[in-house]
Amino acid sequence: MTTAATSVDSESSAFDVESVRRQFPALSREVYGKPLVYLDSAASAQKPEVVIEAELSCYREYYANVHRGVHRFAQLSTDAYEAARQKVSTFIGAGCPREVVFVRGTTEGINLVASTFGRQRVGAGDEVLITAMEHHSNIVPWQLLCEQQGAKLVVAPMSQSGELIWDEFEKRLTKKTKLLSFVHVSNALGTINPAAEMTAAAQEQGIPVVIDGAQAAPHMPIDIASIGCDFYTLSGHKMFGPSGIGALYGKLEHLNTMPPYQGGGEMIRTVTFEKSEWAEPPAKFEAGTPNIAGAIGMGAAVDFLKSLDMAQVAAYEAELLEYGTQTLEAIPGLTLIGTAQNKAGVLSFLIDGVHAHDIGTILDREGIAVRAGHHCAQPVMDFYGVAATARASLALYNTKDDIDRLAAGIGKIREVFG
Amino acid sequence: MSELTDLYQEVILDHNKAPRNFGVLENADRTADGHNPLCGDMLRVSLVLEGDVVQDIRFEGSGCAISKASASIMTEAVKGKRVAEVEALFEGFHELMTGDPSVKGEAGAELGKLAVFEGVREFPVRVKCATLAWHTLEAALREDGKVASTE
Repeated sequence: MTTAATSVDSESSAFDVESVRRQFPALSREVYGKPLVYLDSAASAQKPEVVIEAELSCYREYYANVHRGVHRFAQLSTDAYEAARQKVSTFIGAGCPREVVFVRGTTEGINLVASTFGRQRVGAGDEVLITAMEHHSNIVPWQLLCEQQGAKLVVAPMSQSGELIWDEFEKRLTKKTKLLSFVHVSNALGTINPAAEMTAAAQEQGIPVVIDGAQAAPHMPIDIASIGCDFYTLSGHKMFGPSGIGALYGKLEHLNTMPPYQGGGEMIRTVTFEKSEWAEPPAKFEAGTPNIAGAIGMGAAVDFLKSLDMAQVAAYEAELLEYGTQTLEAIPGLTLIGTAQNKAGVLSFLIDGVHAHDIGTILDREGIAVRAGHHCAQPVMDFYGVAATARASLALYNTKDDIDRLAAGIGKIREVFG
Repeated sequence: MSELTDLYQEVILDHNKAPRNFGVLENADRTADGHNPLCGDMLRVSLVLEGDVVQDIRFEGSGCAISKASASIMTEAVKGKRVAEVEALFEGFHELMTGDPSVKGEAGAELGKLAVFEGVREFPVRVKCATLAWHTLEAALREDGKVASTE
């Protein structure tokens, strides 16, 4: 990362953002007669032509159900679906494709782990540890589990800048802790957590680790082999793939011994009215007809990202984030929320006397899409004592011009509100 | 910018900056909380009802310019009104923002200052901001102890 960052410290970086932008048809659209500035990729990213085309060609050319038919299209669809699993597996550094379960997204991935592995491991009086910067999707499934099991949800605190307080975190890894689940990159603050170090600290004490990687995958290289976590989950739509598809990585030893998540077709070996036997993972966790075209689209999104070199993407975005931070910090009355040293893609901010929703509406009329609200992270908002922030989130297709347009849009807010 | 100034009219910006009837109402006999789960805004409306007349009313909480101004202007509009009149006002107010603009007129004429919210029509996602206070008032009048929600 360091070498990549120093090699692109000028405008003439190896990363060609204009050629990337041309691959995203939505980015050339106009909104209210103004060229779109899309700064809401942390909510959901735009899609490159290759992803759109992959879904279209699946439906147009060879669509059928997977793993079932003996006919030609069934074979082609199954091949494409399994090829997508292979692509995701390689992209995140999983041991083998069997460790990759297709799910609807990160939310379902975490719910799957909580309701199978979680129920096996967490009992009365035990603790599940999360951090103060989690998205609701990495809070609520554990709350449900703890309620069911009579366990306790423990929260590792963060500092005012939005960084994990290491000593406090370590103190909360105890004999009672049966599971650690944390966000790799915070959606509300942009904080990048030290995933490998946190994982090692937990595993030293025999505590299995779940990582919510939804916001990490679009910004940086992910290597599960080096992080060493037990579970890692992704959302297709955050990494330029389709919505309604995601992936859960799980260590094979866990997937083998975990009970099924949902019952139905595809996840069984044999069924009688007395008893059923489960298929091997990942099929054991993929009951029912999956999001076939979505998975194929996610595979295409991985191809797209691999064509770019994620280290270069991370370096380009770091430069953009730095520019955005400097630009926004220079605006009087604007406060940035989330100022971690190690940060990706998020500029969450407040403007004195103007509510986030009003910021969102005024920017929208300038053609600028930002998120306004609690970002599904209400505890994070509570920590900063605010109900909502405006959030400009960056992706690999954003430019310094987008930041300048944002700053000009914020000027309009002052015009309206005085 | 024309649509933006339709939304953020002077009256609205003024009530946002200096909300009327803002704060705790001592001796309130009806209170309800309102919540917009989309943005996390919370609002509390308290009132004193004498017979079926809203004798006094105040609100507190945080929100965007639209929700705060709407709450402020609402308290002015309903003070001294009978419950049935309050309900008719809410209906007219809601109609102003969501109804067919070609059939407005009769209801609009009685809305008085509330008519400044007509611009919200062009911003459908913001209608909930404008109606949160009214839903909360309704809940207070129903007095069923439920938190009013825009969802």
